[in-house]
Amino acid sequence: MDEHASSPAIAETPTAEPALATTPLDALHRRLGARMAPFAGYSLPLHYPSGVIAEHLHTREKASLFDVSHMGQALLTGRGAARLLETLVPADLESLTPGRTRYTQLLAEDGGILDDLMATRLPGREERLLLVVNAAAKEQDFALLGQELPQLSLTVLAGRALLALQGPRAASVLSRILPGVEEAPFMGWVATEYDGASAFVSRSGYTGEDGFEISIPGHLATGLFERLLAHEDVAPAGLAARDSLRLEAGLCLYGHDIDATTDPVEAGLLWSIGKRRREEGGFPGFARIRAAIDNGPARRRVGLLPQSKAPLRDGAILTAPDGRVVGGVTSGGYSPCLSRPIAMGYAESAFAAPGVRLASELRGKPVEVEVAALPFVPHRYASRGKGRA
Amino acid sequence: MSGERYTKDHEYVRLEGQGDDEVAVVGVTDYAQAQLGDIVFIELPEPGARVDKGGQLATIESVKAASEVYSPISGEIISANDALDDEPGSVNEDPLGRGWLAKLRIVDATELEGLMDENAYRAFVESL
Repeated sequence: MDEHASSPAIAETPTAEPALATTPLDALHRRLGARMAPFAGYSLPLHYPSGVIAEHLHTREKASLFDVSHMGQALLTGRGAARLLETLVPADLESLTPGRTRYTQLLAEDGGILDDLMATRLPGREERLLLVVNAAAKEQDFALLGQELPQLSLTVLAGRALLALQGPRAASVLSRILPGVEEAPFMGWVATEYDGASAFVSRSGYTGEDGFEISIPGHLATGLFERLLAHEDVAPAGLAARDSLRLEAGLCLYGHDIDATTDPVEAGLLWSIGKRRREEGGFPGFARIRAAIDNGPARRRVGLLPQSKAPLRDGAILTAPDGRVVGGVTSGGYSPCLSRPIAMGYAESAFAAPGVRLASELRGKPVEVEVAALPFVPHRYASRGKGRA
Repeated sequence: MSGERYTKDHEYVRLEGQGDDEVAVVGVTDYAQAQLGDIVFIELPEPGARVDKGGQLATIESVKAASEVYSPISGEIISANDALDDEPGSVNEDPLGRGWLAKLRIVDATELEGLMDENAYRAFVESL
């Protein structure tokens, strides 16, 4: 058997690979019987014995616990931190209330996306932003921030683990261990205490469900993970479920749906660019982004429903009825909730409306593909600091 | 030969029937299905097609990735397990039984000699 390039091979052992980093939860994952796989230089659980479909459905029904400690966490501190970071990202950070988080992108000079990230303005007298960035990009992100914003101090929080508790039961479960977190609204943030140490809790996630990301010192991670797992509503979930959940939720995966060749407008991320920023600019690639706003982007990120039983994968082309290539698939897989293949990709704007029929190819055979609205499964974020789920 | 013979790529072949009715049942091992994770679709070969030892026999789609299955022996496809079309998860649940992929008429029985028996395959898997 031979798995295709995008995922870990079956027949090949990873021994020839450079040594992988581990998270503080590594021993626990192995104890839980996880199948570990390399991702962004880390050994991480791909799935646990119950399997990706069960983990996925459990997340939508109750709550799942993910180890996302591979992601980069850093504090950007100093006077004017929000205003200065705005020179690298298109989000309105100056108006961001302390204790609130915004999704944004680090942009290149041409408006291409270097990485996507969460930025939280921390409460307190000092101006501080907490950043959470992608694992694969964290070194270059932090190097860029250090180089471009030398007036600010960048503290990489390398010793902290990051746990994601996601699903409709997440708030009721977590509030028993960290009381008060259930009061946070969606994209809200609170600092609290766990086992005598500081815990940062953000009401956000990557599944389309209500949920939390919890940052704690690495040495406390195993204890908290086990304590959460002890709750009957909570089960562990791996990277495979994280990917299928975010695809159903229509959320971008950096390196697939967005990268240095895509700008935030064509990627459907204009909602993350505040009104003031759209008018004033002051971030890399403003000319391209302003033009895309004014004229509409030449292509758009779209949902795709392959009319086949087999999933279409990243790299499949999309053609118009006349045979012309008008786009391509950037993420593809199987939807456990819809029990069918789903995908995301880009299509020229004339072909980007839901219902448009395009064609693709799978192993030499034609496959019809219907453009679909995103998300495939509606988001169910907390509306306003719901006390109970 | 009795029981299954195995490849290093985690396929198996098992002879069933006698004489002219002898067929080779081909599939993937329990180790393979565990590594693949939940299987959602299997592209099976067409009856009548000829496959070479080591040639592509089927494609297994799990939630995350597509994996190719290579034929452990050369032969002609007599039938494919069409029940997998509706229940691809049979390969996860019972890979050596309900989860078989195809039946072949083999052309060269000596090819079987190069494959591992159960003890050798078990030792191979433990070495991974």
